[in-house]
Amino acid sequence: MLQLLALHLLAAVAAPAIMRRFGRKGFLPLALVPGSAAVWAVANTGAVLDGRGPTLDVSWIPALDMSLAFRLDVLSWLMVILVGGVGAIVLGYCAWYFASGAKFLGRFAGVFVAFAGAMLGLVTTDNTLVLYVFWELTTVFSYLLIGHYFDRKGARRAAMQAIIVTTLGGLAMLFGFLILGAAEGGSYVISELIANPPLDGSALVTAGIVMVLVGAISKSALVPFHFWLPGAMAAPTPVSAYLHAAAMVKAGVYLVARFAPGFAEVGLWQWMILLTGGATMILGGYRALRQHDLKLLLAFGTVSQLGFLILLVGQADRAIALAGLALIGAHAMFKATLFLTVGVIDAAAGTRDLRQLSGLAKHLPWATVPGVLATFSMVGLPPFAGYVGKEAALEALVHSDDPMTFALLVIVVIGSILTFAYGMRFLWGAFARKKGVEDTPVDKEAAGLYIAPNVLAFAGLVAGLFPVAGETLLAPYADTYPVGEPGHLTLWGGFGTPLLLTGVIIVGGVLLMLARRGVERVQEVVSVGPDADRTYRGTMRRLDSVSVAVTSITQRGSLPVYLALILLTTVVMIWTSVYAGGLRIGAVKPWDYPVQAGVAIVVAVAAFLTARARRRLKAVVLLGITGYGVVLLFALHGAPDLALTQALVETITLVVFILVLRRLPAYYSNRPLKASRWWRAILAIAVGLTVTFVALVIPNARVTDSIAELFPEEAYNYGYGRNIVNVTLVDIRAWDTMGEISVLLVAATGVASLVFLRARAGRVERIRDHDMDRGSVWASDAPGDDALVRQGRTIPVRSTRNRRWISAGVALAPHRRSVIFEVATRLIFHTMLVFAIYLLFAGHNSPGGGFVAGLVAGIALTVRYLAGGRYELGEAAPVLPGLLLGSGLFLSAGAGAVPLAFGGVVLQSVVIDIPLGYLGDVHLVTTLFFDIGVFLVVVGLMLDILRSLGAEVDRQGEAEGRAVPDVAHDSPRSTADDAQPLEDALTGGGAP
Amino acid sequence: MIDMTPNVTLAIVVGVLVGTGVYLLLERSLSRVIIGVTLISNGVNVLMLIAGGAAGGPPLIGSGPPEDMADPLPQAMVLTAIVINLGLTSFVLAMAYRSWQLHGHDEVQDDLEDRRIARRAERGAVDKRDDDVGTNLAIEAAEARDETEEVPLVTGHGPQLGAEDDDVTGRRS
Repeated sequence: MLQLLALHLLAAVAAPAIMRRFGRKGFLPLALVPGSAAVWAVANTGAVLDGRGPTLDVSWIPALDMSLAFRLDVLSWLMVILVGGVGAIVLGYCAWYFASGAKFLGRFAGVFVAFAGAMLGLVTTDNTLVLYVFWELTTVFSYLLIGHYFDRKGARRAAMQAIIVTTLGGLAMLFGFLILGAAEGGSYVISELIANPPLDGSALVTAGIVMVLVGAISKSALVPFHFWLPGAMAAPTPVSAYLHAAAMVKAGVYLVARFAPGFAEVGLWQWMILLTGGATMILGGYRALRQHDLKLLLAFGTVSQLGFLILLVGQADRAIALAGLALIGAHAMFKATLFLTVGVIDAAAGTRDLRQLSGLAKHLPWATVPGVLATFSMVGLPPFAGYVGKEAALEALVHSDDPMTFALLVIVVIGSILTFAYGMRFLWGAFARKKGVEDTPVDKEAAGLYIAPNVLAFAGLVAGLFPVAGETLLAPYADTYPVGEPGHLTLWGGFGTPLLLTGVIIVGGVLLMLARRGVERVQEVVSVGPDADRTYRGTMRRLDSVSVAVTSITQRGSLPVYLALILLTTVVMIWTSVYAGGLRIGAVKPWDYPVQAGVAIVVAVAAFLTARARRRLKAVVLLGITGYGVVLLFALHGAPDLALTQALVETITLVVFILVLRRLPAYYSNRPLKASRWWRAILAIAVGLTVTFVALVIPNARVTDSIAELFPEEAYNYGYGRNIVNVTLVDIRAWDTMGEISVLLVAATGVASLVFLRARAGRVERIRDHDMDRGSVWASDAPGDDALVRQGRTIPVRSTRNRRWISAGVALAPHRRSVIFEVATRLIFHTMLVFAIYLLFAGHNSPGGGFVAGLVAGIALTVRYLAGGRYELGEAAPVLPGLLLGSGLFLSAGAGAVPLAFGGVVLQSVVIDIPLGYLGDVHLVTTLFFDIGVFLVVVGLMLDILRSLGAEVDRQGEAEGRAVPDVAHDSPRSTADDAQPLEDALTGGGAP
Repeated sequence: MIDMTPNVTLAIVVGVLVGTGVYLLLERSLSRVIIGVTLISNGVNVLMLIAGGAAGGPPLIGSGPPEDMADPLPQAMVLTAIVINLGLTSFVLAMAYRSWQLHGHDEVQDDLEDRRIARRAERGAVDKRDDDVGTNLAIEAAEARDETEEVPLVTGHGPQLGAEDDDVTGRRS
């Protein structure tokens, strides 16, 4: 089973190569692939009839109840033979059908084989979800096949229509499967579902059944989804043959036949089958009567036949079901034959228009024979398979006194009259010699082209001649239907109502055929009901308008608008829930310590001034003040780790801001948003008040004890540390930390990628790379070439060596150097590094840890950079930041994974005591390695920031020339987003 | 049990920081936006502390009785938030720098494509679909031919791949 599917997959992948190698004859070896599936089914016939067909169940996704379950029962056996047999024959036909120079045959062949494979899986799987997967695969492949001539508008349209309609149905079906699977007593295994249908009459299960049916109806092109199938004739004719006869639309019939034994007695099921199937059967036949294109005529004929098939297999009665199964087989044979015959006519005569064709019976005898045989089978003339099936259906229907069955009988008779009429119309149109039309000239076609239609047509004859064989083979499945006597397949059922009805059908059909002119004219004048195709188009157009309208409302393209909407929603939601939930602020206290109020005032004033500042540097300094204020608040709150971290980060932020701001204009430019300023202020106040309110409500909203009450004990006993915050980071919530250092890694990489326009992976820039003659670092905005500068430049490098405090100082422009700074740097740099290491190791028991240590080391590097310029940074840290970031993350993840090797869980802490004799014991906790990883990542982040926003920005500034480009602050010039110049921006001019 | 009475002073600080941050966030200048984000971040960090209850001793075992300690959980969360905000700040500043390099300013501009859609919606103009053309099945059927001729005819019913490409380019206008 799986081997067959794998074979299809392999063949599909290899098809382009095969077609390249063998040309169009490559279709012949490929035809063996679907053929092998049919042979496999035939070889298993005996076992299948005994109910011992091959089964397979491979667990795939147990959590979703998805397993690769397959089985070959009688229905699957029938379908596999059709799918594989017709597929092989049609592929063989392609070897002569297409011109040897036809384009894209490789892709065509590959998709065709894959399509056959998907159908094979669809009809053999025993799992609803897997069935859905194959179902959608057939949708996709049929889309590709219908749209084979993708450079034609019509083909694209038809393909799009087919995929939209069938996917819609497919989704409905998936919902149906999920409902039936999750319902009380439901299952995702089809055989269980059919054996014990969860029919508790609940609305949910009924909805599930309806949705599954919607899937089948859309796939099988039943009313109201019938319009996609005639459109799909834009596909190459062999595809139409396969699509109409054995694949795709037959999947819907298969689904109905598969589920009918379990669900056909549900009232809604019966009504849906009767209404859609009946309407389709009559509408399709009626529309077929006016078509001039043979392929379109057949396409509408298929629509009609599909309605017929589903009417039969969707009933609960055994005899009717047997007739339906027989007709499935008969239809596959005659419909494939007819399409292939049309293909021959098309290739030989160059047209399919029955008004232009004349006298083909004489000139194309080997197309005429299968055409006639297949048409006779279709219209139900003895002794063909179609006749046997139709007689069985009539026989089964007349023997029931149920009013619904009587309605069914009427529909079948009317539909069959139409079928007879359009069948005759086809024969007459394709092969007859018409008055006033000269004989159509035909090209000579290769003999091979005639093989496929003749094989299939004669197969229909043989099957009709041995109805007992058909009964034996199909009855086991028909008998699984719930009610009625078993039916019979026979060529002669004796005199009775069925025979009479057959006579009525023939006479009615002949009359309709004779009156074809009148029928055509009536159809042109009278339109029946709403045009489904037009409705579909209208719906799609409306969807487009709605989507544009919605997009234009929700996607204004303006970041402030988006943010304002989000914030407004937050405010409204919170106050709504406050109002609805009756939240009140309970008891409050003014402060923990009065000094908090003092700090708060400073922070608040600084924050207000930050918002009002128009000078960038001023805003940043004020921001720093609020930040340091928060440091104090942390410290007062009893959070020394936080205070430490915040202080370090605040310092670094200040430096980073200034590194960037020195390249940006001093003042903010003119704001086009001036008008909206008050709105922003109002929103800001609203958000501020809301957050304050939230801050006053949430502490009292706690209903259970904090989980943190357990932390002290846990931290000490399992994390082996005294600093609870640090233990939380590296042990209790280490997964969070892992995620966070990943974020840092991404941010660092992002910063570097934005700034480094050349490859950054190269190597670290050291002092030896510095070329003195090309200018000094930070010489750019020299205050003027005063004597001091010139003097400085003349000092030979050699003579400075002995009194160098930092090695790369010489690269610095002289007026940028500061002896005091250099000396101080020299003195504190190593001390800071040692302190960082101390914090790293001590962090487990006292304030510190990887984050803080990394920041301290980062500040040390910052100091070196500021004192000595970018070459000094290279001297201080001659490693690439990527290396630090990567090894840091690796170390953390690795340290987390190590306990696994010793039977522990991920990120478990282990303590290792190493006795060192006189020196005492080393008390080593494995989380230290995790913390070292954090440390490395933070140092890597710092280094990346300094190298990018510091060193590289310097280098670019020096390379661009000295002056900062003149973007005037408070510039009267408008900027590109000033609303108005949208037109200019579109046309490419006008914008500054 | 930590005293959960909310602290009004801290709550006001949170409100002020977030409010001023929002005001700046709604600006277009990236350097203002990131200052706003930093203010909001600081405010929310304090909010987390408030959610953990009253001030207390540092959460270091041995420094005092565990009952007097401040809640360590929000502290751990805030600690990583602080460092991540540093990464975020650097990233947005790098963006501001790059934007300044490319456009001469550091402002977030409106998305032109969105504006174009909005204008189209006002005009009620929607792209024509493939569905709207050639709506007659019979005509289409007459045109749909397979590649079966060994030598494609020049004027007749050859497949002529590529001949119908006009609407692909024509659609956008």
